[in-house]
Amino acid sequence: MIDNDILERVLAEGLRTGADFAEVFASDWRGTGVGLDDGKIEQLSTGRNRGAGIRVIAGDTTGFAHTADLSEAGLMAAARVAAEAARQGGGGTKVIALTTQPSRIVSPIKIDPSTIGKAAKVDLLRRVDDAARSAGGAISQVSAGYSDGRTRIVIANSDGLVAHDERVRTLLRVSAVANGDAGMQTGFDSLGHTMGFELFDKVQVEDVARAAAGRALTKLKARPAPSGSLPVVIKAGSGGVLFHEACGHGLEADLVAKGASVYKGKVGELVASPLVTLVDDGTMTHEWGAIAIDDEGHPSQYNVLIENGILTDYMWDYLRARNEGRPQSGNGRRQSYKDLPMVRMTNTYVLNGEENPEDIIKDTPNGVYVAHLGGGSVNTATGDFVFGMTEAYLIENGEITEPLREGNLIGNGPQVLRDIDRLGNDFAMGNPGTCGKDGQGVPVGDGQPTLRVKSMTIGGTAS
Amino acid sequence: MSTPDRSAELLVIAERVVAMAKPGEQVEAYVSRGLSTEVRVYEGEVEHFVSAQSEGIGIRVIKDGRTGTSYCGTLDPSQIAEVLAEARDNLGYGEPDEWSGLAEPDGVAVVPQSLWDDNLENTSTARKIELAKLLEKLTLAGDSRVRVDDSNYSDAFGEAAVATTTGIRVAGRENGCYLSVGTLADDGDETQTGFGFAVGRNVDELDLERAAREAVDRATRLLGATKPESRRITVVLDPFVTAQFLGIIGGTLNGESVVKGRSLFANRIGDVVAHPLLTLVDDPTNPLAYTATDIDGEGLAARRNALIQDGVLQKFVQSSYSARRMGVAPTGNGLRGGYGGSPSAGCLALQIVPGLRSQAEIVAGIDDGILIQQVQGLHSGVNAVSGDFSTGAAGLLIKNGTVGAPVREFTIASTLQKMLLDIAEVGGDLEWLPMSATGVSLVIHDVTMSGA
Repeated sequence: MIDNDILERVLAEGLRTGADFAEVFASDWRGTGVGLDDGKIEQLSTGRNRGAGIRVIAGDTTGFAHTADLSEAGLMAAARVAAEAARQGGGGTKVIALTTQPSRIVSPIKIDPSTIGKAAKVDLLRRVDDAARSAGGAISQVSAGYSDGRTRIVIANSDGLVAHDERVRTLLRVSAVANGDAGMQTGFDSLGHTMGFELFDKVQVEDVARAAAGRALTKLKARPAPSGSLPVVIKAGSGGVLFHEACGHGLEADLVAKGASVYKGKVGELVASPLVTLVDDGTMTHEWGAIAIDDEGHPSQYNVLIENGILTDYMWDYLRARNEGRPQSGNGRRQSYKDLPMVRMTNTYVLNGEENPEDIIKDTPNGVYVAHLGGGSVNTATGDFVFGMTEAYLIENGEITEPLREGNLIGNGPQVLRDIDRLGNDFAMGNPGTCGKDGQGVPVGDGQPTLRVKSMTIGGTAS
Repeated sequence: MSTPDRSAELLVIAERVVAMAKPGEQVEAYVSRGLSTEVRVYEGEVEHFVSAQSEGIGIRVIKDGRTGTSYCGTLDPSQIAEVLAEARDNLGYGEPDEWSGLAEPDGVAVVPQSLWDDNLENTSTARKIELAKLLEKLTLAGDSRVRVDDSNYSDAFGEAAVATTTGIRVAGRENGCYLSVGTLADDGDETQTGFGFAVGRNVDELDLERAAREAVDRATRLLGATKPESRRITVVLDPFVTAQFLGIIGGTLNGESVVKGRSLFANRIGDVVAHPLLTLVDDPTNPLAYTATDIDGEGLAARRNALIQDGVLQKFVQSSYSARRMGVAPTGNGLRGGYGGSPSAGCLALQIVPGLRSQAEIVAGIDDGILIQQVQGLHSGVNAVSGDFSTGAAGLLIKNGTVGAPVREFTIASTLQKMLLDIAEVGGDLEWLPMSATGVSLVIHDVTMSGA
């Protein structure tokens, strides 16, 4: 995309005002999106965004500028703006010699979606519409979206690193409405992997459509969720977002460094039930949050964050690792070339326990069984977090009984981690997610086995 | 020094694309360009300084009811030709929709807005940094228990143009600046968070003292908060929370949801859907609104639309597509998320007609209630199709007419349909917030609080 000798000159320009670090992040994204709604393919859209962001660090100050102009003149102009923004007096010249890193493949791609005809993508959504509508006469509306994107990336910095990467992601989203005597209900499901079009050889889109439609239909008979504190059993592969919110964000070193995390100063301490071993793993092949290198050029890693309940480490990007004089962990990510990197999660999951999931339900006299979760959010400084349940049931006398209407669950991260009292042996990854932080969204994955939280507050309306 | 308006250049680019339409084609080109600056200060030093430039074009082509779109993040003429060719190719895969079509000029006059201020263009970088540093200092001086997470100055200017084969030709520009501060308040082992902000068309309009005071208050007032008992209760929503609630209500009053069978309020025009105290209008022509604008994303004049009058549902907001399909007049509510997206119906500037009393007067009349000062998880706990409403919250209990103990880690829940009917009072404390809805204290009866 950009020759090494141009990168070298641009980085040198970035250092001219006396900065100690300069970096170029260039990307070229092309993607296709197809939308179906109301029984029709509404439109097919294709797009391209490319450009470069230039980061210059001088002491504690970061200057950043970006441009859509990838010519040498365009890059040099952006480098001057970034260098000026980070000016520390001083000045001087530094020669940079770049060494290209061998490329690394975490998620091999078999079929680049850009080589697949548009008609085949449209056809997937037609099949989704048919399958969702045949799931039940009460299904009154279906919308679905297909999207794929391929990003080529070059990262170079003044420490001599040049790394290249190519990322392909393919996503299908289905949303259904069911109409019954008590009004409308919605159901959602999605399928997304760091994979090419071969994704649809492995998974039938009809299954995704039926899962979405099934959720909407189930809720037609749902009663209002309870109000108050109860034991909560979370189905395997549906509750990873709980860990993402309850502690994942709080283990990001940038938040820890500013004292905006309840987990500050807790390394080596018991912060969760000894049943819990939590990992952030960018190397998990084909998962939605998988990356070969992070957006600072560092190889992705398998990082153990909590081991048998004990906090072992935080997640790190270049800047925070540099400040602490320790290695990066492959968690420096950004939404696009227009954004500064930050500490971000990749695929965050809890390792398997030993119990049969059925026993966990059987041993719960009264509670709530959550089979599918919506989004969530957390205040990392207090640890208070919420997440939405989009498919849930009552547990009565150790059995799953009536479906419940939607609502939020609320809890305090450190408390909920300690209150996990049962852990299943049926680990599964969940739906693809987009994690938002400081206005930037990045693709993430999560997963867990079936587990039980002793007590959580359920935000329904039934007494 | 006044900066020349260069949005006319963008209109020339858009018109050039439209001129390439073939017989039987409708073509729309949306062209935009922007520049933004962001300064983040931490402990008296600049943590980062970001200078961001962006530009792009989105093209929609419609033929025989089929739509195709394409976009790219550059205004390079060779790329634009490729974008048009792609949009044309893409329409072959869309399915015919008899209501497809671009907006057409409907004769509604544009209410001019002053969305541009030359003074902001002439503000030095040093002054911008100084403002962020000053806000951090003022906030820290407010209370010894308070730390500052980050203090930010940002400004942006944007210009855009839309041209269509149906005769739309509009261009405009706007700018503005924003200060924000994030706070942490510590008391022993406990930490609570807050934030404050100030907005303006130029830096002299930014009220730093107020931003600092609110950031301190928000963080300190929840120190010592406990988890309340579960029960049904009367809630008073703070203006900032009401504005978020109105945003959700606005999302349900949408013609596109109606035509696609996803609206709670389909077939309810003329019905009582809310307490008679509620009158809700969408009025982007009010210059006091943060999101005031003169034209919508499809190039039609922005206009005042009364959505709910004295509790009775009056109309839905429409894109040109949904208006055509419902057989009603356009409302000028085509929203566009930048050059990469197609327009869809949405509220532009929601305003609730205020009542008479202050929040203190309202609270004085409540024996047992809760003042909700912040909500968390609206995106995950509210379903605009079924109407289920459940959100995490924090606030202060109200006992015998006075606010007292802080509470947190609980939810409030009801349904949107019921909440609108359960409105008991609309406050007179109207606030123009940096959001697409205004705020006012709002009292709602019989909401379920879930806690311990």
